Amino acid sequence: MWEVFIRSKAGLDHKHAGSLHAADAQMAMENARDVYTRRMEGVSIWVVESSHIHASDPDQASSMYDPANDKIYRHPTFYNLPDEVKYM
Amino acid sequence: MTVHSFQEHFDSLIDREIAIEPKDWMPDDYRKTLIRQISQHAHSEIIGMLPEGNWITRAPSLRRKAVLLAKVQDEAGHGLYLYSAAETLGVSRDELYNQLHTGKAKYSSIFNYPTLTWADMGAIGWLVDGAAIMNQVPLCRASYGPYARAMVRVCKEESFHQRQGFEIMLNLSNGTDVQKKMAQDAFNRWWWPSLMMFGPPDAESPNTVNSVRWRIKRLTNDELRQKFVDVTVEQAKILGLSVPDKDLKWNEERGHYDFGVINWDEFWNVVMGNGPCNKQRLETRKKAWEDGKWVRDAAMAHAAKRKERKAKAA
Amino acid sequence: MNNKRTLLDYTLRLADDALIIGHRLSEWCGHGPILEQDIALTNTALDHLGRARSLFQYAADQFNGFPAEDKKEVFSSVTLQTLLASGASIGEDDLASLRDGWDFRNVLLVEQPNIDWGYTVARSFFYDLFNYLYFTELVKSKDETISSVAEKSLKEVTYHLRWSSEWVVRLGDGTEESNKRIQQAVNELWMYTGELFVANDTDNVMQAQGISPDLGPLKTEWLARVQSVFDEATIAMPTGTWMQQGGKDGNHSEHLGYILTELQFMQRAYPGMSW
Repeated sequence: MWEVFIRSKAGLDHKHAGSLHAADAQMAMENARDVYTRRMEGVSIWVVESSHIHASDPDQASSMYDPANDKIYRHPTFYNLPDEVKYM
Repeated sequence: MTVHSFQEHFDSLIDREIAIEPKDWMPDDYRKTLIRQISQHAHSEIIGMLPEGNWITRAPSLRRKAVLLAKVQDEAGHGLYLYSAAETLGVSRDELYNQLHTGKAKYSSIFNYPTLTWADMGAIGWLVDGAAIMNQVPLCRASYGPYARAMVRVCKEESFHQRQGFEIMLNLSNGTDVQKKMAQDAFNRWWWPSLMMFGPPDAESPNTVNSVRWRIKRLTNDELRQKFVDVTVEQAKILGLSVPDKDLKWNEERGHYDFGVINWDEFWNVVMGNGPCNKQRLETRKKAWEDGKWVRDAAMAHAAKRKERKAKAA
Repeated sequence: MNNKRTLLDYTLRLADDALIIGHRLSEWCGHGPILEQDIALTNTALDHLGRARSLFQYAADQFNGFPAEDKKEVFSSVTLQTLLASGASIGEDDLASLRDGWDFRNVLLVEQPNIDWGYTVARSFFYDLFNYLYFTELVKSKDETISSVAEKSLKEVTYHLRWSSEWVVRLGDGTEESNKRIQQAVNELWMYTGELFVANDTDNVMQAQGISPDLGPLKTEWLARVQSVFDEATIAMPTGTWMQQGGKDGNHSEHLGYILTELQFMQRAYPGMSW
């Protein structure tokens, strides 16, 4: 199994498009082209063997992501600035 | 956490319409139902390639040939997306194929009907894809994330399928007498099987209650069927075709069309393997799979050799 | 044949090659050994079909511009003659569906049956490699339409060649069985490769006018590249030297008749209708 990531146009991130079967990377790359870009969906492809992806455990979601919940100061909207200040 | 609280957590995700993802805990029944539903759908796409594939080499024009080829190819793609979604639930594509080939898994019984004339390409696109889209659009919001995402892709690609089918029918019904006859003949043969596509009546559909609760089914069989009849009867008028149902009548009170009794005896027989093409369809797929074994083996063997050589060189 | 007739003959050859190989590859749709490959092969079939359509449209334009007397002489098909007698002009579908077998100009290689994945891969490899080298030169054609078709096709063909070369290697250097099968396919199809490089009268006239490339140097290059892919695939170069030919002049194998029976069925059974 391989996971396919596609950049839909220059300047954008690669995004997960789906999965497929292939014997090796070369074949996976070509299959990805034939399966996932039939409607001009992409300009660049990454393929990754599914077994190489380590996924986080959803049961640990609270310890993984909740600590970020109260770090609101990381977001620009946390800071009140007068309306007159432009371009910031 | 006890199993009890796993269940509560799962239920609360479902209630809040939050997607369930592969690594989330899920009840066994949910997993089983999903595997059954997703793989049935995948099998239907793959078997569904065959009745239309029949006409690729005989398409009446090069334009129609290109469209049909692209459409049947899309079906292969949809099968692939859906098998991939099923695989996230811990079952392999090979195992699913095996279930199909041994007759353990079912697929949409509509594909056990034959495609006899070119007009069948029109009727399939218009009616069968039309019915399929009605079934599928709600599934883009199914509770299981990988399934919903696969369905979004499927529905996006599917939108041209019904249109090309209707266009074929329109062309025929504006054509010569024999073309009109061809269109009506195809309509006569595909109308009732299309209504059967929505599955048995709600009263006899054991899976509906849980499936609706789990948002892997969002409208009941009868609701979808009624919707399909209402929409399609109007489209048939545009084509100048008559619906092969003497009991069809607009019911002012209900605001829906009443329609005749579906031959459920035929439906169950086709499901059980007695349709006109069940055996032929399955044999064709089995043959493709068995004939392809040496090719798949070669690809794996070559990949292994290459890997080994690379490791040695490093 | 006058120059116009020769250009038509040449355009039809390019179109027929594309149509017939596309037809063969499309027969795999729904029957492939691997779902992903089913999709891949269909992409290729669609590329060929697209090229065939552009070329048939060009051929139809040429034909419709012929004087009435010439039109009568070009194709002997009764159905086409009836159509012409009605004063109608012809289109891409008439050329694909109403010409008789002897008016088809494709090489014998492309009409050979799929048989199995090995034969299909071998046939594609021989043809794709030829196409790649041929279209690389054809881009320089003095005929603008042909050169623009070649330019578009070259991108497609480059991918086709990569695909078929890799499969030759995969099968050759895969299992014992796959090696045996691809070797057999290569051996049996070999005698259809010679025709690709034999110039007939049409080729000679077209080459003299700078419309088609010189086939001589292509053959050397083709052989060298076949050898290099076969080396990697551990496949032996076939030793047979006898080559079948005739397709370019309308002498086909029995297979073409069956292809046309399916391909032309609708247009012949229901003449003059639009679909």
